[in-house]
Amino acid sequence: MEIVVLLKQVPATESMIAVAGDGVSIKSDGLKYVINPYDELAVEEALVIREAQGGTVTIVSVGPAKAAEAIRTGLAMGADKGVLIDPGDLALDGLNTAKLLAAALKAMPHDLIVAGHRAVDDDNFQVATAVAELLGIPNISMVVKQTIAGGKIRCVCTVEGGTREVEAPLPALIAAQRGLNNPRYASLPGIMKAKKKPLETKKVADLGLNAADLQPKVRIKALKTPAERKGGRVIAGDSVQAKAAALAKALHEEAKVI
Amino acid sequence: MTQNILVVAEQAQSAFRKVTFEALSAGRQLAGALGGAVEAVVMGSGVEASAAQLAAYGAAKIYVADDGALADAATEAYTRVLAQVIEAAKPAVVLLGATTQGKDLAARLSARLDAALAGDCVAVKAEGGQVTATRPMYGGKILAEVTLSGSPVIVSIRPNTQTASQAAGAGAVEKVAVQVGDVATKVVAQQLDAGKVDLTEADVIVTGGRGMGCPDYSAVEALAAALGGAVGASRSAVDEGWRPASDQVGQTGKTVSPNLYVACGVSGAIQHLAGMSSSKVIVAINKDPEAPIMAKADYAIVGDLFEVLPVLTAEIKKIKG
Repeated sequence: MEIVVLLKQVPATESMIAVAGDGVSIKSDGLKYVINPYDELAVEEALVIREAQGGTVTIVSVGPAKAAEAIRTGLAMGADKGVLIDPGDLALDGLNTAKLLAAALKAMPHDLIVAGHRAVDDDNFQVATAVAELLGIPNISMVVKQTIAGGKIRCVCTVEGGTREVEAPLPALIAAQRGLNNPRYASLPGIMKAKKKPLETKKVADLGLNAADLQPKVRIKALKTPAERKGGRVIAGDSVQAKAAALAKALHEEAKVI
Repeated sequence: MTQNILVVAEQAQSAFRKVTFEALSAGRQLAGALGGAVEAVVMGSGVEASAAQLAAYGAAKIYVADDGALADAATEAYTRVLAQVIEAAKPAVVLLGATTQGKDLAARLSARLDAALAGDCVAVKAEGGQVTATRPMYGGKILAEVTLSGSPVIVSIRPNTQTASQAAGAGAVEKVAVQVGDVATKVVAQQLDAGKVDLTEADVIVTGGRGMGCPDYSAVEALAAALGGAVGASRSAVDEGWRPASDQVGQTGKTVSPNLYVACGVSGAIQHLAGMSSSKVIVAINKDPEAPIMAKADYAIVGDLFEVLPVLTAEIKKIKG
């Protein structure tokens, strides 16, 4: 089974994010970058599937040279090889990222593509599903469980108020949701081995695309930090009863939310 | 191309989701700014009778794709039908609710139509013909204003961020001849809790964090029930296995904007705060007066949640009668 994982390097979720001087990007100095947490689930699931079915796990990422670190981490977890697509100076929107990934995927075997359902930096919920559409293959999103049998993948997915079970023939793309697995840590031998695993860098031209094909349709006009919430008041009272009664009264009469 | 807005309606258990009415209301304002009309499209099986409800929120025209092949809400089938409707209706903007289905559909549609997509937006406007959307990034730590070019542009709207308001529209129903063809994905089973309000759509959320100390959430559940709300969990509570991942609020869970958010025994890690700070009113109940959440809460009670919650639940029941 040829399994491809789509992976993005993002700032760690514990990071404070500040707007840079240009007003359209973030200050990256001092930020710790990690594998997008949902993509980490994707790497783990790909490894689990390979362990059961045999095959190869290839990690593909779009990002700057630095993103190779995240691919190496995936290789240290156990993936076999990596491809970094470096867009250079191009400002990419989600659809163009999907186009780069789809172009790379067309040139490599893939029975199953595993991705995170969103990247926790852009939060646009677009790339994975768009890749499936560009490749003309089925996609299953928000996956918390999967089984493969008879050339089909069957997944349990979260939906509002419950779960759905969805089946699709391979090749297909699935997008991981929290609950799918607990990603393994890279072991020390894994880290040593990862240094020798193949990691290829491709430029946009290597994928048969050029800047004219990749004009962004979504552009950031301005970034800002949401208004800081000011703390309100601590409800005082002599007893739990008094505090609870005062809170209920405030919610009813002052905030008018009950 | 028209200057119209096409709202993609979504049903759950035979009723329109609230976000559909919110999107129609946002669509009316957008249509006003662009000089077009609001139209809606309903896809599914047995949906025709309910379509007229969309007129009450201003839909001038309602495209109805009613076919047994659309019973499953499989993204692939919906994408094909929607692409047909868009080709005929030529809207300037396609609006969807940023639900599980809406987000998947929006992404597939963007690739199919080679169209701009701004996902999970909290505001959308048009000025001088230019559509601009505001969307949270980095789990809500940053708000991005983005411009969308081309036609149509696609915007998905986060539930609970727009006010749904009625305004009568002509509501002319136009049936769509559905040509779905073979659909590879099949929904084989579904398990829905009929009474359960999803966190993203809930007006009230009561969340239990690490301070719960165990999987017994009955005190939180009782308060949520008294308030008619949903139960949430912090990441550490989910990591402990006390609650399912679908209950998680925060950067690696759900971003929520309820009217009232009650955080019980939640310290308020930055990822959690980012995911709930757009709530209208925040209440924190925590033993630790220095917990970060206390500085963000409109109302805070310093105390043991297991003592406070039952009394608070009783007080709220008194008010609600």
